[in-house]
Amino acid sequence: MTLEELRAALDARLVPEARRWLAESLAAVRRDPSQIRLRFPAAGRHLGRGAVVNHASSDEQVPRWTMDQAGRVLLLAELGDRVVDELDELYRYGDADEQRAIVAGLHLLPIGGRGLPLVVEALRSNDARLVAATVGPYGSARLPDHLFRHAVLKCVFVGVPLAAVHGLDRRADSELARMLAGYALERVAAGRDVPADVWAVVHRFDPWEELAAIKAEMKAPRAAPRAAARRALAALAAERRRS
Amino acid sequence: MRIFEPHAHMTSRTTDDYETMAAAGVTVIVEPAFWLGQPRTSLGSFVDYFNSLLGWERFRASQFGVAHHCTLALNPKEANDDGLRREVLAVLPRYLAKDRVVAVGEVGYDSMTPEEDEAFAAQLALALEHDLPVLVHTPHRDKLAGTRRSLDVIRESGLPPERVLIDHNNELTVREVKESGCWLAFSIYPDTKMDEDRFVRIVDEYGTERMLVNSAADWGRSDPLKVVKTAAAMMEAGRSEDEVDQVVWRNPVEFFAQSGRLELDVERPAAPATFAGNSILRGERPA
Ligand SMILES: [Zn+2]
Repeated sequence: MTLEELRAALDARLVPEARRWLAESLAAVRRDPSQIRLRFPAAGRHLGRGAVVNHASSDEQVPRWTMDQAGRVLLLAELGDRVVDELDELYRYGDADEQRAIVAGLHLLPIGGRGLPLVVEALRSNDARLVAATVGPYGSARLPDHLFRHAVLKCVFVGVPLAAVHGLDRRADSELARMLAGYALERVAAGRDVPADVWAVVHRFDPWEELAAIKAEMKAPRAAPRAAARRALAALAAERRRS
Repeated sequence: MRIFEPHAHMTSRTTDDYETMAAAGVTVIVEPAFWLGQPRTSLGSFVDYFNSLLGWERFRASQFGVAHHCTLALNPKEANDDGLRREVLAVLPRYLAKDRVVAVGEVGYDSMTPEEDEAFAAQLALALEHDLPVLVHTPHRDKLAGTRRSLDVIRESGLPPERVLIDHNNELTVREVKESGCWLAFSIYPDTKMDEDRFVRIVDEYGTERMLVNSAADWGRSDPLKVVKTAAAMMEAGRSEDEVDQVVWRNPVEFFAQSGRLELDVERPAAPATFAGNSILRGERPA
């Protein structure tokens, strides 16, 4: 979604009072960039917090624009090139919702690579919704390979579905497949289920060492790992049939 | 009975206390920013403290269906540190713009120094600017003089008295505060500062209008169920249920609703409940 599409989609959802507040706030920020320090945190109670677009997906974790987030990104964009002067502090003093809006909207701001440190910092959080935002368009385009792979692995750990990872097809590589298969092996050895969405990446690169180890768990002395291995290999086979 | 706890320093309490309070009927808590028993030495400590009042405490409360709010300010004790006063007052406007900040507070006096004067006046001006009510702490030493001086400063600030809550009142301060038009709160402690029965006698004399009770629930000797116990003491003394409801629910709701940021319904997070990856259950996540 482009900035203008986001603006139009948000506008269609706003009640007159909220629309007035947004117009006033955009003007205030244009006149005096430091006004964003007061307008940005206040966006939720003035604009509302509902979804901007009704997505078909019912998956709670897939990041989607909410009205407060969209409004916050429009405020940031209104600063133009001066947004870099405010961004770091807005993040530092931001609550969970504010930080998420920043990370989710970085690709819509004229900042080049200067938002990357914030993505890296957000990756250190264990807040699932913030982690999901790190693998949006900006993070997906800019995270170095090593950090991108760890971002994807972290999504799996904190329960963010990999459907939320922007451009996963393009950026997935054999090393990521090895890491995900290693995670699957750990789960199997503990007799636990493996998140279903890892198999699409794993099967593209077939990391044989990890997959052989999962097969070996079929002969494990305990029943739980044996059953987990059976379920994991069935899921992998189903993925192969699908593609 | 529905209970609103308008002043509890939950940062100092365990998660069990949230559970106990919720079980006793507390559904809303306001946590004022204050000092932590020993002086902070850097702005970062304040920033982390404010962030925890907006994040972690809200999360802990929500686990038990309790709606957590806070009031933010530089407290009078630490206002005496020149460097910190400057730095905290500089970041405060950002925080006063946030959701769930329902007042500026605790502000007021500790030792009535010029530094405290400066911080108090500056924060009353911030309250006007941010359209927020104010929670005023009255000093433990020289309380009557400190309360009078607070009322003077408030009058000069231009804040209407109905936007101000004067806290930690006792028999000596109640008349003048009531006459000022400000709201009055009483912190009910397990020791001698103020107890349930004394509060009941004050209500007998001054009525329930603009009256609030709280448990302070801080790191000192205190009891997070004091609002519940005071409600029971009022009933036992023959006050009507309506009068008790006014003191432990309608008055705090009316006062803090002036912020426009009071949210009485709590969103209970879906399981597994975590905040920044931390679960208060501390155990392993379900498989
Ligand atoms: Zn206090």
